[in-house]
Amino acid sequence: MNFNYKKLLPQTLTILVVILVFGFFTYNAQVNMENRGITFGYGFLSQESSFDVQFSLIEYDGSHSYFRAYLVGLLNTILVSVIGIIIATIIGVIVGIARLSKNYLIERTAAVYVEFFRNIPLLLQIFFWYFAALRALPLPQKAEPMFGVFFLTIKGFFVPAFIWNNLDVFIYSILAAIISIIFVKIYANKKQEAEGKQTPVLYISIGLLLILPLLSFFIGGASFYVEVPALKQLAKTSFTYEGGVKLPPELIALALALSLYTATFIAECVRAGVQGVGKGQKEAAASIGLTPNQVLKLVVMPQALRIIIPPTTNQYLNLTKNSSLAAAIAYPDLVLVFAGTALMQTGRAIEIVSITMLTYLSLSISISILMNWYNKKIAIKEK
Amino acid sequence: MLKLIKQLTSVVAMFAVLFTFTTGTMAAGKSKTLKNTTKKGFVRCGVSQGLPGFSNADAAGNWTGVDVDVCRAVAAAVLGDASKVKFTPLSAKERFTALTSNEIDILSRNTTWTLSRDADIGLTFVGVNFYDGQGFMVRKNSGISSVNDFKNGVSACTNLGTTTELNMRDFFNSKGIKYEPVTFEKADEVVAAYDAGRCDTYTTDKSGLAAQRIKLSNPDDHIVLPETISKEPLGPVVRQGDSVWEDIVRWSLNVMIEAEEYGVNSGNADSMKTSDNPAVKRLVGAEGELGAALGLDNDWSLRIIKQVGNYGESYKRNIADTGILPDRGPNELWTKGGILYVPPAR
Repeated sequence: MNFNYKKLLPQTLTILVVILVFGFFTYNAQVNMENRGITFGYGFLSQESSFDVQFSLIEYDGSHSYFRAYLVGLLNTILVSVIGIIIATIIGVIVGIARLSKNYLIERTAAVYVEFFRNIPLLLQIFFWYFAALRALPLPQKAEPMFGVFFLTIKGFFVPAFIWNNLDVFIYSILAAIISIIFVKIYANKKQEAEGKQTPVLYISIGLLLILPLLSFFIGGASFYVEVPALKQLAKTSFTYEGGVKLPPELIALALALSLYTATFIAECVRAGVQGVGKGQKEAAASIGLTPNQVLKLVVMPQALRIIIPPTTNQYLNLTKNSSLAAAIAYPDLVLVFAGTALMQTGRAIEIVSITMLTYLSLSISISILMNWYNKKIAIKEK
Repeated sequence: MLKLIKQLTSVVAMFAVLFTFTTGTMAAGKSKTLKNTTKKGFVRCGVSQGLPGFSNADAAGNWTGVDVDVCRAVAAAVLGDASKVKFTPLSAKERFTALTSNEIDILSRNTTWTLSRDADIGLTFVGVNFYDGQGFMVRKNSGISSVNDFKNGVSACTNLGTTTELNMRDFFNSKGIKYEPVTFEKADEVVAAYDAGRCDTYTTDKSGLAAQRIKLSNPDDHIVLPETISKEPLGPVVRQGDSVWEDIVRWSLNVMIEAEEYGVNSGNADSMKTSDNPAVKRLVGAEGELGAALGLDNDWSLRIIKQVGNYGESYKRNIADTGILPDRGPNELWTKGGILYVPPAR
């Protein structure tokens, strides 16, 4: 055994310092908490929370536990993040491609949008959208219905609810359609490899997705009716809507602000990705007789995606973390419900902050893992 | 595995402390807070982010209000100068952490005294400087004239992390009304959202409603409903574990109230030294050794009365004359039909 002391010594020292610093803060916190009569423990999570939350995806009121309140906040955070990521991606891709347009007007409009929105602090944008929306939206009794059933008011966006009979049959039919599509795709790939013929997978997929759910209505006994929100008077000048589903204005403002902000960064990623594909690739693809659509689908996009995905992952992570600004405008996300109200009512700062930190860490790591998996899937496979 | 997770989370938790707890432990000396305050030369006081009448800063950064006056009284007693206070504006959410983590030494921020806060989280309430109760504000033209007029679906704006949130639930539950709580971190956003029409009602302590009403675009279009749905005794809070400091803050407040009871005010305090009433003489330090018991000199209470004034002066200056709540209601002396009653300073 021949130890390399030069290598080992700095590493040992670093580890020692880390342990000492960590230990000092842990010890310090323990002493301070003991002196101030603060106990440490996670038992409060099962206690009754006794506060209500404005908007929840699961059944919740103050008679449920703090843990349930945590779930409410977590789901709301995930909801606004997912909505934000979807909208930001759509806007980002469109704007990113628009920035490459040869049309001067389109290119400039996209550029102005990107520069404007990415250079204003997000919190200000959230406040702007929220209070601008509150000022601009009508009171419930003055709202003009959209298509007769949607009502966008200061108290929220009221949309019709679907009340289902035999919902399970409908869901199974969709699952069956998805599974069939996967089989068709496998069959099509085999056929192309064996005979060199292409199968119109897209049209078959759309057909399957339409026909199977339709069958569930006619044969499976699935049905639904639509519950349209109806105006309800609360007081002489105070109204709201009853029935249907209500999306609070806080959710709409937050999702809007988050997606418009993050889309600017995604747009730049997309632009970089497409520009990163060599001109020769497109010309070579065209010269072997591929149609412009095929060039984009089979040659440009697969290569561009490799450049786009890693930085876009960062943007997805940013959006998720930025959603914690929700507390400023009363959207009941994890920070507002759990690290806000629950923390205040229990006074358990260390426990709740640690749980909240771990939760955001897990959320971010999950998104990272998912995106890395996707990135690996589309990466160049060296033969 | 479970144990590992538990250990892991507690390690992470302790790490979080890095941000909330500063160094320093409490042990030696009679009162570490008193010693530190004397050394620093100012009292560290946590106040609201702006509640007229209680703690509010003007354009020049001068703080005024009845909550502010409690801290000024302590500064006058301990340091001899009521102006030697450093004010830290805090949100409802931050206030207790700021106190327990040693950022401030007194929390005087319209904070309701409850059992769980007093017993659970390392705090000690020292007294009540304002007896309040939760109420509702609505638009005048809504036709709502009593809490009994609320119906299912009513939306209520309020601050998060307050007793208000809990009282609101208790109240609407007892009436069997389904409501929509819209909770903001800062009071200014609550006011803005209610003003815009997001909510049908704005609920918080009645003093707060009266103070915030002034900030609305048309204050006259809004009324505060007559009912009070909770008890909200507001008072200063100190960290648990320093009983000398606790006593100093408690008696600084009590002296202000007792001074009003005996008719001692900032104008006549000096002349009261020759009063015939021994209670009055004790109050202005002309008799007895009350200061020594607190680790202070004997003129501590005289300085409070001269520099800050008695409770009545403070109330008049901050709450009555500003038009927030001209009627003292329960915050009148017990001798005049109110419930202000403090133990004797002797």
